[in-house]
Amino acid sequence: MKFKMTTAFAALLAVAVFSIPASAQNVIRWASQGDALTSDPHAANESPTHSASRKVYDTLTYNDKDMVLTPWLATSWKLTDDPTVWEFELRKGVKFHDGTDLTATDVKFSFERAKSDTSDISGDVSSIKEVKIINDHRVQIITDGPNPILPNLLTNVYIMSKAWSVANGVEVPQDRTTDVETYAVTHAMGSGPFKLELREPDVRTILVKNENWWGLAKYPHEVDKIIYTPIANQATRVAALLSGELDFILDPPLQDLDRIRNTPGLHLVSTAQVRTIFLGMNQGKAELASSNIKGKNPLADQRVRQAFYQAINIEAIKEKVMRGFSVPAGLITPPAVHGYSEKLNGRRPFDVAAAKQLMADAGYADGFSIQLDCPNNRYINDEGICQAVVGMLAKIGVKVSLSAIPKTLHFPKIKSRETDFYMLGWGVSTLDSHYVFNYLTKGGDKNWNGTGFDDPAINQLIDDMATEVDFAKRDAMIETVWQKMRDNVNYLPLHHQVIVWAMSDKLDIPIVADDGVRFIYTKFNK
Amino acid sequence: MISYVIQRVLQAIAVMLAVALVSFLLFNFVGDPIDNMIGQDASIDDREAMREALGLNDPFLIQFGRFTGRALQGEFGISYRIQRPVSELIKERMPATLELVAVSAVLALLIGIPLGVYTGINRYSWISRVILTLSLVGVSLPTFVIGILLIYLFAVIWGVLPSFGRGEVVQLGAWSTGFLTVTGWKAIILPSVTLCLFQLTLILRLVRSEMLEVMRTDYIKFARARGLSENMINFGHALKNTLVPVITIAGLNIGSLIAFSIITETVFQWPGMGFLFIQAVGFADIPVMAAYLVLVALVFVSINLIVDVLYFVVDPRLRADKAVSAGNDN
Repeated sequence: MKFKMTTAFAALLAVAVFSIPASAQNVIRWASQGDALTSDPHAANESPTHSASRKVYDTLTYNDKDMVLTPWLATSWKLTDDPTVWEFELRKGVKFHDGTDLTATDVKFSFERAKSDTSDISGDVSSIKEVKIINDHRVQIITDGPNPILPNLLTNVYIMSKAWSVANGVEVPQDRTTDVETYAVTHAMGSGPFKLELREPDVRTILVKNENWWGLAKYPHEVDKIIYTPIANQATRVAALLSGELDFILDPPLQDLDRIRNTPGLHLVSTAQVRTIFLGMNQGKAELASSNIKGKNPLADQRVRQAFYQAINIEAIKEKVMRGFSVPAGLITPPAVHGYSEKLNGRRPFDVAAAKQLMADAGYADGFSIQLDCPNNRYINDEGICQAVVGMLAKIGVKVSLSAIPKTLHFPKIKSRETDFYMLGWGVSTLDSHYVFNYLTKGGDKNWNGTGFDDPAINQLIDDMATEVDFAKRDAMIETVWQKMRDNVNYLPLHHQVIVWAMSDKLDIPIVADDGVRFIYTKFNK
Repeated sequence: MISYVIQRVLQAIAVMLAVALVSFLLFNFVGDPIDNMIGQDASIDDREAMREALGLNDPFLIQFGRFTGRALQGEFGISYRIQRPVSELIKERMPATLELVAVSAVLALLIGIPLGVYTGINRYSWISRVILTLSLVGVSLPTFVIGILLIYLFAVIWGVLPSFGRGEVVQLGAWSTGFLTVTGWKAIILPSVTLCLFQLTLILRLVRSEMLEVMRTDYIKFARARGLSENMINFGHALKNTLVPVITIAGLNIGSLIAFSIITETVFQWPGMGFLFIQAVGFADIPVMAAYLVLVALVFVSINLIVDVLYFVVDPRLRADKAVSAGNDN
């Protein structure tokens, strides 16, 4: 009996040890701070989740590693004579991971799913009225008004297998108000470059190469297997890279970059992210709640806002707080976004004397007090940036008290317009200026514009550019709005965030400005 | 006896309700989960609709009542963060935490008791002094510093142990175990050492002072006078009598090990319940936080209840005079 138990145990042990799959040729083991929220591609509008979906699912259009819009499942598209109808030609011979064909039916189904009530990406497809199947490989997308940037909006609309979704009861994304977990939360059926082999949320996700992927001819990659582990603790994440347990980490902390750079066998890559960090000033309120000035709002005076701007030494913030990893901004949107230009991005000079003069001209030679609201767990070194700003504004007599709180408490303050002076960062999923204007420039209390800036002419211009299909005219409109925002100083632009990836010298993964890893461009150094 | 037990059970229920109430009050300060749940492009109206659907706009007492009612049926809702049922998540994470706690508790006892006996018997030897000084370090260094230090030494410098995760696990029914694989055993070493240090020091010092106490008693002197061997006296008589309080403390501390594994799990990316809780706090994932706090309260309350009942069994005074029971009310 004893012998039997031992044998059984040994057998179990053997099974356990040998059930570890024999290591495939090219395995990438990587980590980042947090896992994707779900493997349902329409259930969470969040960058890590999009990044994960993009590996398993394909989209009609795709932002390549240089953030250039590229044909993907759609081989070509054109605006028909009717400006509300776009026509997309679908790629032929595309197969889902289960071997079934991807056709116009799946495209139509996926758009309807993305538009459903429980979808979190319905914002990207809200202008779409209907998807019409012309034949198996051609669809028309009908919008409720002309939408000049529709192809840009489709880079996050993932195409799912209709048959699989119906068979597994996941015709719509997870409803968070119920207690039932749907199948798509931990399973996937796409046509993308990798197949989902195992998903244990927050623990491990394993992807394997899709040998039948349509794109292999054009993007011949050598990645056989990808093992992802979220590691929340920064120090542990770096230690795992240094010890060779990982090949790649997405978000090394700034303070460890020198150490990684100086470790043989590891290297860093960096680029400006599609996210700009800035401060908003409430110019719309009659009186600031946090200021000692009563009866009027000092921020309503353009000279005060400009004085704030010129008092900020952005180079010092870059060197001291960001350790060189930031790009000073004069515009609250980064280079990858349509409408950005070097000219618009120029900053007003850092000039404390001029700033003091502006304060004196506005009647605040003695300064005033105000509170700066800042998140402490959202952007790279967010609290450190705010502390630096506090010191810089003190030099022109403004006494800033800093309130640095978690993002879950900070963001509601902006939306309820409770804050006088706040930090915000903004990424642009559509890579078009209109997206920024719609959320940060347009007046009203329904968006993220906490500055109180509300100019009817500008609001009109923003609405018009949404449907303007003459691109030259549209570009002129975009420039007008940016110019107005620069002159008026709605916001104090700080910098475009720079992202850094750290990886083993065994691999080269090109860094992408949206912080989403495109493993199909990986090169192995042998 | 029965009325005493019923009384204690009722008290335990009251404690559970109080814990649930306090944790619910705290949720008002963790912020708005809606922002994390839906993207930045969602309109204010969409957010409001979501808040309404989740019942976050309801008055506090109604939310609390709803939570309690559902919790009684073992239903804790769905995680706002990863959209999976909370009961499912806890079930998946519990084995990781319990295995970690078990190994830590065993380590603390196996190392703590011998060291305690040694330092108790050899009061003035320099080895005892070194052990006691080191034990101070164990009590005073924060867990995450010890964890990072161990990772640095064993994973980065020497490369012998993994710095994160649980290694390969084997699924035995609903229980996932790391005890059946080599990588699993390797992975549990650093986290369990980190977690056990505090308990180890506690047990070491407790055994030592108990030993010192017992060695002074008459029956030890008598045993010496009878000419029994030192080993017989130390282990046969002295140690046996020090173990009663040690077992009580160690048992109660299992609850704290479960509750305080949070930091260790975060440092080592150990996929247990504590780590789940920390992530829930960052996301304002109320269903997970509520379930976790209630669960930890349940562990403490049950252990205390068992201890109370055991006292009743061993202490005849309780049976004679009810009023005395108030004295043991800890």
